Amino acid sequence: MRTRLRLADVGKSFKMHLQEGAELPVVADVGFSVAAGECVVLGGPSGAGKSSILKMIYGNYACEKGRILITADGGETVDIAAAQPRRMLALRRSTIGYVSQFLKVIPRVAAVDIVAEPLVSQGAARDEAREKAMTLLRRLNVPERLWRLAPATFSGGEQQRVNIARGFIAHYPVLLLDEPTASLDAENRAVVVDLVQGKKADGVAMLAILHDEDVRERIADRIIDVSAFKAAA
Amino acid sequence: MNAQADTATQAGEGEYNFAYLDEQTKRMIRRAILKAIAVPGYQVPFASREMPMPYGWGTGGVQVTASILGRDDVLKVIDQGSDDTTNAVSIRAFFEKTAQVATTTRTDEATIIQTRHRIPEKALKEDQIIVYQVPIPEPLRFLEPRETETRKMHALAEYGLMHVKLYEDIARHGHIATTYAYPVKVDGRYVMDPSPTPKFDNPKMHEMDALQLFGAGREKRIYAIPPHTAVESLDFEDYPFEIQKFDRPCAICGAENVYLDEVVLDDRGGRMFVCSDTDHCEERRAAGHTGEAGGIPLKGEETAR
Amino acid sequence: MSAKPLPDEEPLLRASALTRLYGERIGCRDVTFELYPGEVLAIVGESGSGKTTLLDCLSTRLAPTAGIVEYRMRDGTMRDLFRLTEAERRLLMRTDWGFVHQHAADGLRMSVSAGANVGERLMAVGERHYGDIRGTALDWLSRVEIDESRIDDTPRAFSGGMRQRLQIARNLVTNPRLVFMDEPTGGLDVSVQARLLDLLRGLVSDLGLSVIIVTHDLAVARLLSHRMMVMRHGKVIETGLTDRVLDDPQAPYTQLLVSSILQV
Repeated sequence: MRTRLRLADVGKSFKMHLQEGAELPVVADVGFSVAAGECVVLGGPSGAGKSSILKMIYGNYACEKGRILITADGGETVDIAAAQPRRMLALRRSTIGYVSQFLKVIPRVAAVDIVAEPLVSQGAARDEAREKAMTLLRRLNVPERLWRLAPATFSGGEQQRVNIARGFIAHYPVLLLDEPTASLDAENRAVVVDLVQGKKADGVAMLAILHDEDVRERIADRIIDVSAFKAAA
Repeated sequence: MNAQADTATQAGEGEYNFAYLDEQTKRMIRRAILKAIAVPGYQVPFASREMPMPYGWGTGGVQVTASILGRDDVLKVIDQGSDDTTNAVSIRAFFEKTAQVATTTRTDEATIIQTRHRIPEKALKEDQIIVYQVPIPEPLRFLEPRETETRKMHALAEYGLMHVKLYEDIARHGHIATTYAYPVKVDGRYVMDPSPTPKFDNPKMHEMDALQLFGAGREKRIYAIPPHTAVESLDFEDYPFEIQKFDRPCAICGAENVYLDEVVLDDRGGRMFVCSDTDHCEERRAAGHTGEAGGIPLKGEETAR
Repeated sequence: MSAKPLPDEEPLLRASALTRLYGERIGCRDVTFELYPGEVLAIVGESGSGKTTLLDCLSTRLAPTAGIVEYRMRDGTMRDLFRLTEAERRLLMRTDWGFVHQHAADGLRMSVSAGANVGERLMAVGERHYGDIRGTALDWLSRVEIDESRIDDTPRAFSGGMRQRLQIARNLVTNPRLVFMDEPTGGLDVSVQARLLDLLRGLVSDLGLSVIIVTHDLAVARLLSHRMMVMRHGKVIETGLTDRVLDDPQAPYTQLLVSSILQV
């Protein structure tokens, strides 16, 4: 299988200027790759830097050292560590998806539109995107009466399912999953496992943080222990 | 017109220079007039003088008239169409005293007609000049009080704002309710305030045979429309420009398609509508026309009241 | 890593070493960046950081002391904005650009009706059909959530939020490609702000507008912008993706700004 994502010598620390320039090392010498159709899970205790790695890949954290190479559908490879903001935005639209732990609620926008938005920004017709959004919301057992409402008042579990639907609706060659099942019941965890299997079949390269052993068991092809990349403090 | 320099000695009485203004001032004003004629509709600044009458009494028009007046001219002065209202009478007297020119109330006898708020009903000829008294020359001032900005708008022909005013009219009244000082575009270029004449008179300005000069004394501006110049009243495609229509003829002379003034006759609601242009009305009556009020004596005859 | 060109590779606006001095004092210094079609760029910083000076230079409301601002005109040519004729520049400002002021009274004609405020730009570019102008004005009023029955009211009778929404409609009626915004939510109640931001967010993405927005409110920047420039003492001290700048600020001053946000 071809490599979609490769990290080489990636290092990151936070420099806390407000605390007399204290250096807070996060990770160092990170190196691994993820192939198309593979789901790799980052392991290790909390604080080991799992989330920071995902955020660097998504461009949300600056990558100080090393290279993060991602191969888009056209075969073009981009180093995210050095990408201009504009290119990063284009990659987020077409190449890298990210399912975070929490839904970023946008005031007054209906759940169905929040879910449909990634597809619309990839150029799908709004009606078609809504259709697909409703299918996903139904599959994730989000009650139909909620679809037209803004999710600000939804329960944590409902928000998380809206978030998952949004993360899975569009096709991205690389998908980052940050605790997607954290607040879900068994039934919905099973749906997420199904969704991940579907993405695998579509050749999507996935990198995940998963504490749920059961889900991890069912979807992980490999587990990389992030503690190995711990920077010397 | 023969506007050669007339010295004080030639003026006769020795008290005033001919037509009151000194020759330097008249030359300065003539230069402004020439520029105004060369750029139709453009407001030319000039060094307006203090005149022996208050602002608002036609100081701009008087200065223009004084600068173009020659010994052979015959002057007519009207105020709202009438030759015998205070403003017209006093300006006429002013020039009789300072220039000893002939004056008339007859439109076709005059070579220069100074006017406040009307254009005579009778078509003006190419050997005549009409001088308008202008209170506020800037048509854009209604919506844009900054002179720096309005000048720029004229320079760049940015006239969208003028239509904003007309839009407001229609939005508020269902039709363009501006009835006087109705903005026009001159020679396809400058938007101009025709002074507070009723919009009834706007079509008369279009391709007029006579030269039209406008003087604003307090605002220190002169502008002009040369003879045979296109003057277009602004409007919307779906709300075209229309002049006022009167549903009756003049009560005195029976004239139709003229601008009428309402005259209140008593305190019981009695009123009649008569020609605003008094000369036009008299001329028609002299020719034997009468309206429904009939039998009102001509000037010079004993009045009925 | 020969990156393939992205669509819309041509920038819409480019500032090069833009500097504005006020005598000895620095308004903004050496600002260089490019803005691409559809991008929303937030310029943040505290009062006196030079963000409004920069905005005024970019929008040609203020002449820079040094540097160049170029803009891609509708015909595709890149033009130096300070070499345009005044007629070209003013036409640009009232057709292809919008400017949303912090105080609606600076951007509206307070004495004419809402309909005329929206219709003015149309009339300025030669629209002469009252019915069409009014129809377009009604359409825009509803897009900015102002009841159609208010079309003949003047903005004096409007609330602060409505005025701001009217100002936005007035700017967008000619389908501009670039809109400048100076603290568009400043001075509004929080609930009114949220509604306005939400409306702006929708319009910007529906119309594919490019926006340069000046704000001191990082929450506004986060909600609306793709990219951010942080200014201090007239200089740009940090730039990047909005969420990167806010979640992983690099410069000491940016860290201070971000850490000063009140958490609700």
